[in-house]
Amino acid sequence: MTLINLAGVNKHFGDYHALRDIDLNIHQGEFFSLLGPSGCGKTTLLRVIAGFEDPDSGSLHIDGRGMAGVGPNLRPTNMVFQSYAIFPHLSVAENVGFGLRRSAMSKPDKARAVGEALEMVGLGGYGNRAANALSGGQRQRVALARALILKPKVLLLDEPLSALDKKIREQMQVELMKLQREVGITFILVTHDQEEALVMSDRIAVMFEGGIGQLDDPETLYRRPATERVAGFIGMMNFLRGQVTSTGAEIEVEVEGLGRCRVPAEQAPGGVSAGAVSVGIRPETLSLLFEGERTDRMEVAGRVDEVVYYGDMTYYDVAVDGIEKPLTLSMKNLIGRPVLDVGMPTRVAWDERSLVLLGR
Amino acid sequence: MRGLRFYAIAYLVFLYAPIALLPLFAFNDADIIAFPLSGGTTRWFAELTQSASLLDAARNSLIIAATTAVLSTVLGVCAARAATMADWPLKRPMMGLIMLPLVLPEIIVAVSLLVLAVQVFGLGLSNTTIIAAHTLICMPFSIAVLNGAFQNLDPALEEAALDLGETRLSAFRLVLLPLVMPGIVSSLLISFTISLDEFIIAFFLSGANPTMPVYIWGLLRFPGQLPVVMALGTILVALSIVLLTIAEIMRRRGLKRAGLRDRGGFL
Repeated sequence: MTLINLAGVNKHFGDYHALRDIDLNIHQGEFFSLLGPSGCGKTTLLRVIAGFEDPDSGSLHIDGRGMAGVGPNLRPTNMVFQSYAIFPHLSVAENVGFGLRRSAMSKPDKARAVGEALEMVGLGGYGNRAANALSGGQRQRVALARALILKPKVLLLDEPLSALDKKIREQMQVELMKLQREVGITFILVTHDQEEALVMSDRIAVMFEGGIGQLDDPETLYRRPATERVAGFIGMMNFLRGQVTSTGAEIEVEVEGLGRCRVPAEQAPGGVSAGAVSVGIRPETLSLLFEGERTDRMEVAGRVDEVVYYGDMTYYDVAVDGIEKPLTLSMKNLIGRPVLDVGMPTRVAWDERSLVLLGR
Repeated sequence: MRGLRFYAIAYLVFLYAPIALLPLFAFNDADIIAFPLSGGTTRWFAELTQSASLLDAARNSLIIAATTAVLSTVLGVCAARAATMADWPLKRPMMGLIMLPLVLPEIIVAVSLLVLAVQVFGLGLSNTTIIAAHTLICMPFSIAVLNGAFQNLDPALEEAALDLGETRLSAFRLVLLPLVMPGIVSSLLISFTISLDEFIIAFFLSGANPTMPVYIWGLLRFPGQLPVVMALGTILVALSIVLLTIAEIMRRRGLKRAGLRDRGGFL
């Protein structure tokens, strides 16, 4: 069921076109992410939904209600700000209970609601602390509790994890997902971190220069990016030059260094026509063949150009004749599997089904 | 190093010795202001309280200073909030112009205000004209202090309050006002002090009722009154120091409350 509908939304800041003709439906109860590099308009879009920015044209409906002229205080949305915006002069409990000031609840009911909200984000018993005395992760939880206590239809999260260090960030990703499933509220997350978006979201809209480049679930987005740009932004991708020779249920394409390949049509989500095309291969779909190893996949000879050791994985750059840039591929460091040295000759196994034909 | 230390000490003596003379002679038991001192007395302070015209001048000054402080701070809050929370064309040059009276010679401001009040508006000179003029010269200070207070605030704080159901007005009252309160107190105290001390404008614009500095200037014509002036000066200096100290304490408390680092105050 569609909860939020944007149609033809445009927003300018002076000469800068921050949002270009945004058409978007966000469903009831989903974890939706707006992903893109800085300046792509994702935060502006979030602020339009929250009511902090008015679109220059287009319409926004939340739960069937038009939002033109409705202020942020009257919308069924609440926001977790990037800076958390914890009120420094109030205690933790006063911060969390701030939104209940205008509600008709009795005092003990409010206190109970605040207690429950703090419990929900794992801060039970922190109510009397000064908001200033909290760590980054705790402030983030207070901001969450403060926004969720009003039981909004939509929770808006503006880069909520970007200020936390890696360990806490990964922990909070999982907690946020659990929380979203628990409360069943629609979450809209703004992030520039593709991994964060892939981990948490039901659907992701990838934004570039004020427009939506691709909107899909994380798996589709990762496996079948529609354009070179989306492919480059999400995960690692090798880009090869190719020539499409025939189209149909199977597309025939001549790929540099790999020769003639037959690719299923679904591997060209952006659609292709005969002529030059960019061909993508993910590093984990390639593998090195060690001495004497045989494979029923395709193989091509090359030479190790660079080795990057990550502990659990090793990333290799392998130079292959006929391919301009060395192929990047990743290998799990299984027991008994040697790490190759730079300059060693090797073979790379690959698969036609893992090629993606990318649009411009 | 030695030279530098000597310089610092000489500088402080040069700066504060004249002011230290005030209490010295205010408590000196002699009609003439000269060394050697001749024993302590508090009779100059007692004489102060006997003079009806002095008390009138003092009351006048307090009324003017208090009104000026409130006006200048209220207008300063409006200006500082507008300057930090919104953007409009020509904002920078306008904010620059607001600070201009800080560097204009006061005598020029005084003469032009006299012309404006009497010739243009046809007003009689009274406390009202002094209050208007003092508000004018205090506002740059108020705006400087309050601008700092508002600029230190995260703009997301107001948005968070709006997002949680408050109107612009209640968000201002519940979130912004408590957070800039130390700046407001600071501004009140600074404006009050400036108005209380101000002489040139008050001299030009006062009507039948002089302010305290103007009254003191009048006393100087009578050498016998000098020790009384010294006593009055002592009280004013003490009052100024106390008020400015409170203003600085409030400013620091404000920074601490907002969880910010001290980047050097206005004072």
